[in-house]
Amino acid sequence: MLLTERERLHDELAELVTRYGRDRSSLLFILQEVQRRHYHISQYAMQVIADLLDIHPVEVHSVVSFYSFLDERPQGQFVIRLCRTITCDMAGKDHVARQLENDLGIKFGETTPDGKFSLDWANCLGMCDRGPALLVNQQVHTQVTPEKVHGILQECRQTFGVHATSDGRETRT
Amino acid sequence: MTFGEIEPGAGLKSALARPPADVLARIDASGLRGRGGAGFPTSLKWELAQKSKGDKKYVICNADEGEPGTFKDRVILGDFADMVFEGMTIAAVAIGARHGIVYLRAEYTYLRGHLEAVLQRRRENNLLGENICGREGFDFDIEVHMGAGSYVCGEETALIESLEGQRGEPRNRPPFPIDTGYLGNPTTVNNVETFAWAVCILAKGADWFKRLGTEKSTGHKLFSVSGDCRRPGVYDLPLGITVAELLAEVGGEDAKAVQVGGAAGQCIPRRDFQRGIAYEDIPTGGSIIVFGPGRDMLRVAKNFLEFFIDESCGQCTPCREGAPRLLEGIEMLHRGDCSMTYLDELCSLGETMQLASKCGLGQTAPSTFLSVVQNFRDEILGRTGGN
Ligand SMILES: Cc1cc2nc3c(=O)[nH]c(=O)nc-3n(C[C@H](O)[C@H](O)[C@H](O)COP(=O)(O)O)c2cc1C
Ligand code: SF4
Ligand code: FES
Repeated sequence: MLLTERERLHDELAELVTRYGRDRSSLLFILQEVQRRHYHISQYAMQVIADLLDIHPVEVHSVVSFYSFLDERPQGQFVIRLCRTITCDMAGKDHVARQLENDLGIKFGETTPDGKFSLDWANCLGMCDRGPALLVNQQVHTQVTPEKVHGILQECRQTFGVHATSDGRETRT
Repeated sequence: MTFGEIEPGAGLKSALARPPADVLARIDASGLRGRGGAGFPTSLKWELAQKSKGDKKYVICNADEGEPGTFKDRVILGDFADMVFEGMTIAAVAIGARHGIVYLRAEYTYLRGHLEAVLQRRRENNLLGENICGREGFDFDIEVHMGAGSYVCGEETALIESLEGQRGEPRNRPPFPIDTGYLGNPTTVNNVETFAWAVCILAKGADWFKRLGTEKSTGHKLFSVSGDCRRPGVYDLPLGITVAELLAEVGGEDAKAVQVGGAAGQCIPRRDFQRGIAYEDIPTGGSIIVFGPGRDMLRVAKNFLEFFIDESCGQCTPCREGAPRLLEGIEMLHRGDCSMTYLDELCSLGETMQLASKCGLGQTAPSTFLSVVQNFRDEILGRTGGN
């Protein structure tokens, strides 16, 4: 990372710590915001946050690794999470999964080389009466069929390039 | 749904018209028990929090809804958010709290904007904030905190850990949150639906609530119904209803088994469909998953075990080490090379997990495995389909 980039991230984190408060109980807020803006929480970010909150970096890391919506490695701009729990399984989630892999050219747990999409599993999304269900960032899609996969991905691709994504995140320039 | 028939504000008005002890008495008389699954008496929890010493008390709404097959809290938050906040405000009256927190699961982030808007409107209407409804000195406000993707954070002590910026690892109990909760303060943690029923009870009275249900499980409850049935969705039904009656209601009469209570619940085979869904018989947080005649029960048990392995916090050995052993057993059964002796060993391992795990996750993780092994032996033994 370039020095200026580091400095910029440091200032950004310092600003977040000021906004949420220099308390341990602000940690999750801060991490969630960093994840939202940068699609992951880097080693460097963890170190800075630890310094600013006066805790050990290992503690920050142990929190990041605990939660499935916080990532150490960069995620795509669109994170697709397909429910693998029982009712979605019974409703045919395997076929949706296969088509997602086919259309994105990646496996579950991977990110496309252009950094646009990550594919992941989720546990029950609370949409069981309308499965199979998946999340694209915060947006939920229900009764997804293999055929609908293409349209969902197209919708994301069209959002890409303009200034905001479906959930209002700023795009990287 | 009953919630749609309650006049907005009637519950809070009734709570503010009486001393806090009367609010508790009314909830007590209704027999309301927690709708999150465990069924702890709501009035008792509130009374203990009220009596606990501390001048900063918290009312926490558990909106982590992660139990497989449950979605009624999402529907309540979407359609009746005002009622949930009104219920939290009534709890604040009862226990003397000034701070409320909704812990919303990350998967429901899309509901956040709606909830914030409803909260803002309540502040503008003096239903939150200072001197609520003109009552001098009654200050209470509610914040929304987001989860970050973890089922075990629905367990109330793990939820508090998470709110404090920690890993969501369940604590030893006692001490209980009513004494040592959020940031060490007395805290009541209740399910979304519990708060909504508290509003109904204050508005309509304890007798109205008790007219339905059983003696030990009073009132209605919301059920989230999914799986092999013609009419999946959210149902508002009296507790005590039999599995068979429920199946008739939702169009799932030909089911071979029903999962009551989600992955943490019980798998009820057809021969037990006359049993009642109530705290004293088959308890549930409201998840009902219907399995039709063609379903492979081993696949069901496998899916649930994978869920628990993925969601275990890894803190204690029986849960961390036990669940993967049971999953291996399922794979052996699937391949058709599990002996009866080994299956019995796995069952006693499951029983050990039920007794020795630290929290509800590990205690319930083996339950579907055990009931499938017990009830569907002919289906799972001696398979020849494997490699
Ligand atoms: C692993 C685990 C997950 C839980 N998840 C939830 C949940 O998502 N929502 C909930 O209300 N209760 C959940 N509970 C139960 C809570 O610990 C607690 O009993 C409940 O929030 C109390 O509210 P109630 O008395 O109104 O039901 C969970 C318990 C365990 C052991
Ligand atoms: S039972 Fe499982 S989830 Fe619960 S504390 Fe132990 S390891 Fe963690
Ligand atoms: S099982 Fe997929 S949303 Fe519940």
